[in-house]
Amino acid sequence: MTIELLSANHAAAMAATLAGRANRTGRGFGGGVYPITPQSECIELLCRQKFEKGEITRVESEHSAMGVCIGLAVAGARTFTASSSNGLAYMTENVYAAAFYRLPIVMMAVNRTLGPPWNIWVDHGDTLLLRDTGWIQLYCEDNQEVFDSVLFGYRLGEDRRVLLPVLVCQDAFVLSHTMMQIDVPAQELVDRFLPVLDLPHRVAERPVTIGGLDFPHETEVHRRQHAEAIARAAQIYGECQDEFERVFGRRPADRIVPYRMDDAEIALVSMGTTAATVRTAVDAARARGVKAGGLRVRMYRPFPERELKAALARCRRVAILDRDISLGHGGVLWSETRGVTPRDAVVQNYMLGLGGGDVRPRHITAVIDDILGRAEAAEPMIMEVA
Amino acid sequence: MSEPLLGGAVKTESDRPEQILRPGNTNCGGCGMSITLRMLTHAAARQHPVQLVIPACCAIVAPGQYPYSAYGAPVVASTFGSAAAVASGLAQVARMNGEKTRVIAFAGDGGTYDIGMATVSAAAERNEDVLYLCYDNEIYGNTGGQRSSATPFGAATSTTPYGKDILKKDILAIMAAHRVPYAASISLAHPEDALRKMHFALESAGFRFLHVLSPCPTGWKAEAAEGLELVRLAVRSGLYPVYEVFGGHRLVINIEPEMSREALEQYFAKQGRFQKSKVKVEDVYESIERAWRDLRGLAALRQEG
Repeated sequence: MTIELLSANHAAAMAATLAGRANRTGRGFGGGVYPITPQSECIELLCRQKFEKGEITRVESEHSAMGVCIGLAVAGARTFTASSSNGLAYMTENVYAAAFYRLPIVMMAVNRTLGPPWNIWVDHGDTLLLRDTGWIQLYCEDNQEVFDSVLFGYRLGEDRRVLLPVLVCQDAFVLSHTMMQIDVPAQELVDRFLPVLDLPHRVAERPVTIGGLDFPHETEVHRRQHAEAIARAAQIYGECQDEFERVFGRRPADRIVPYRMDDAEIALVSMGTTAATVRTAVDAARARGVKAGGLRVRMYRPFPERELKAALARCRRVAILDRDISLGHGGVLWSETRGVTPRDAVVQNYMLGLGGGDVRPRHITAVIDDILGRAEAAEPMIMEVA
Repeated sequence: MSEPLLGGAVKTESDRPEQILRPGNTNCGGCGMSITLRMLTHAAARQHPVQLVIPACCAIVAPGQYPYSAYGAPVVASTFGSAAAVASGLAQVARMNGEKTRVIAFAGDGGTYDIGMATVSAAAERNEDVLYLCYDNEIYGNTGGQRSSATPFGAATSTTPYGKDILKKDILAIMAAHRVPYAASISLAHPEDALRKMHFALESAGFRFLHVLSPCPTGWKAEAAEGLELVRLAVRSGLYPVYEVFGGHRLVINIEPEMSREALEQYFAKQGRFQKSKVKVEDVYESIERAWRDLRGLAALRQEG
């Protein structure tokens, strides 16, 4: 193992490279790639790598980037791509297709504001657009987590009980272009963690049509199987953590990550790097006697409903911090999380950092002060931070 | 002029043990795509394992409902615009693993001329090891007969009810301009030439493009039994040029048209789709002549490989 100074973009590319090489004795590795700010550094680094059995395909659009991944994966290769924002929106049709074909593709998404007007800064609206695609979604808080989640994603997605694609999300610039120390494991360890991909339904010579024509009953069955598989991913997550820890000596974070939640009366629920800022604000609140705690949702799909419910059970006030907006209905995280909050709690939605506004501890402190003063929840609020 | 032997139904020793399109498919009678696939079965003889990528089009409805498949070869049903991209992925894996599999993207005109154009162009530019075959029925057949950029001048469709007033896109020129190893048009009414081209395309490496004018009795409002006759008329009149381009350069005209106005007149008269617009020979004849002047000029200029 070596410690390297890497941005999250480069961390994802390095992890994908190691995972790709780990499949050299299998059907190989590849991916269709297409640039978009602030993801491009990831695919640029990937395009500089040498593979014993692998090639990167420089395509003409995100839609085809996923199209090439689908072709590679359905033929049994391990695949990776990366995108962001409008690129993900353009890719969406094939994002659905990849999941419906049950292909364990891993994609790194840099969370960026959708446009126009063009805005390259962080916002979770792009990957939340893909919420219902049937992909597993992981949101990361630092670069090591991005690196680990790419490896973890292959292990989880390629598990025969799962067979689903995995989206590894990270915040634009806050992570994508910020250098951090990354523990990069040796190839032998990655080989041990990631067995060769053996896709049970790969296209070979048997005359089957993959993705042909379903009538309603077939679709009901396919959706049920898909729903059961993504639900199983939640259970198998723990096994993958154990295996990851056994091989690499560190344990990836749980599906939800609590901070000082044991006796918390106020919970601040968030995703991505906002959670790190929340920790600072929680410490400050605690110093002045306010029993605040942070709760980060790392795995957004499958949604950790039971875990969130248990973690929030004793909270009187729950602030849900969205870095996204479902226009016409507040934040997406709020609309899903409020269903698992205690019945008598004040549950308030704060949308902050939309369009990449710099969320600082003082903004979180303002959220804590606001919710402390509320007898009941108001409409979802957009907090200006920029 | 050679006729398809027993309607193209002859099985030879070198054939694949199984038809690429087996009985039990849902195609309309007289569908040009059925004939194309039957020819492809002959061309892709036993030595070629084939994998097909078929986007949204009639050909992906043809195999029937899951879990059944009337295809005698593995098929990936891709999204509408993605056949060339998905085929690129399959071809890469075959190459990385030293497999002889021929990957065939099999798409209609909508998936090629229109929604798939950027993807086809990019795969051609990358010279992917893919045989891309476009069966062109000049219409969005599967969705009920709307116009595409392959719909010819004068043809009525459900979205051009009075007849289209724009010429169809010259797809073969576009694809040849990518300087791909091989690009050719195929006449289903000339099976020897068609089979030779399919065979050559299957044997070649890199991106190969085949264009097939594919009669659609339903959309063309024509007799199912007259499909091949219509193709023959299109070739005789010069409306559908049959030629091949090697490496984007050497251009060979394979079937000399008679430039027959009478054939063109019959071509229009035999199809209900041309009746609304009352399109006449003189409306399009000049564009046909111009196209042939260009083709002959290029063929003369580019005799050397």
